[in-house]
Amino acid sequence: MSSRTGARLDTKKINSELFTLTYGALVAQLLKDYENVEDVNKQLERMGYNMGVRLIEDFLARTGSGRCYDFRDTAEKIQSGFKLFLGITPTITNWSATGDEFSLCFESNPLTEFVELPDNCLHLKYCNILTGVLRGACEMVQMEIASWFVQDQLKNDNITELRVKFIKRLEDAIPAGED
Amino acid sequence: MKPQVADSKINSSGTSVSSTTSTLGEANECLFEFLHAEIMNYVIEKNASDSNVKNTEENLSELEWMGFGVGYRIIERLTREWVRFKDELDMIKFICTDYWSSLYHKQIDNLKTNHHGTYVLQDNEFRLLKHLANHNSNNNNKQYLRECPRLIAFTCGLLRGSLANLGISSIVKAEITLIPTCKFHVEVQRV
Repeated sequence: MSSRTGARLDTKKINSELFTLTYGALVAQLLKDYENVEDVNKQLERMGYNMGVRLIEDFLARTGSGRCYDFRDTAEKIQSGFKLFLGITPTITNWSATGDEFSLCFESNPLTEFVELPDNCLHLKYCNILTGVLRGACEMVQMEIASWFVQDQLKNDNITELRVKFIKRLEDAIPAGED
Repeated sequence: MKPQVADSKINSSGTSVSSTTSTLGEANECLFEFLHAEIMNYVIEKNASDSNVKNTEENLSELEWMGFGVGYRIIERLTREWVRFKDELDMIKFICTDYWSSLYHKQIDNLKTNHHGTYVLQDNEFRLLKHLANHNSNNNNKQYLRECPRLIAFTCGLLRGSLANLGISSIVKAEITLIPTCKFHVEVQRV
């Protein structure tokens, strides 16, 4: 009995495990529902987009950050977003010469903590929800970006590398019927 | 030699986990909530297109089943270093206190039992319903009552899955009369 009082549960850790396991349950369900792995990737991206659209508000409210000066600034803010929400700090590397593309490298990833991919899931992008989150969040601050996985630890790469590309600045929409 | 290697591996992963958890903010909470919302919408949309039957209860069994899987797994990790439970009531008490507070940031507010395998767990401010409550007008908290079962199904499964892995097979139902209060009815199935 005495040891029980000593062994309090780590609330935050369990909480992140709840997230990890729930995400796993979602991916498993999607794999069951769709025959095609590509469709699962798409669905994950779409769900991520919906989450990103909402998460950006939380991010801005918590960090109080203003507009980005340039894409490098954006990269740092995305990095701090990962720290804020997932407690990880990916490194920013591999800038393209034009400065419109960079990579986020993850050494550990809470999303994949208990995951092993079976052979028939070779084309599954397990963490594809992240690409959706980034797209949704950036769209809300008037930036169109694209992102994709270049390396993936689940596919025996040393690190997980997420490539992010700036596409264009979104202008305020003009009401229909006006030029 | 070999166990030592394994040991150091556990240690290193352990420290990396704790170093991440120390930085995990409360924001993590909204991550789970948004993910839960997406899963919920996905299941509902899928079933809505599947069946043409209207005006019947929504089919939330998939949500419940996903919760079951998560609950089954998470209880294993939660109780890994826990002392063996004395009896069923001891397990339920664990669910009400440490389990609930580690998943939902607060304890169950009220536990009732008839000592014959029926337990009622009442949470007066259930996390997934909290933001639906309208605190300005106290009598208006029924606005989203119809949508509430969707928000509860996953957690019912979570409870059932956790209990199942503790060796208790049960049926878990939920009852909401006033948002954000939620009562979970656990009926233990005895063979």
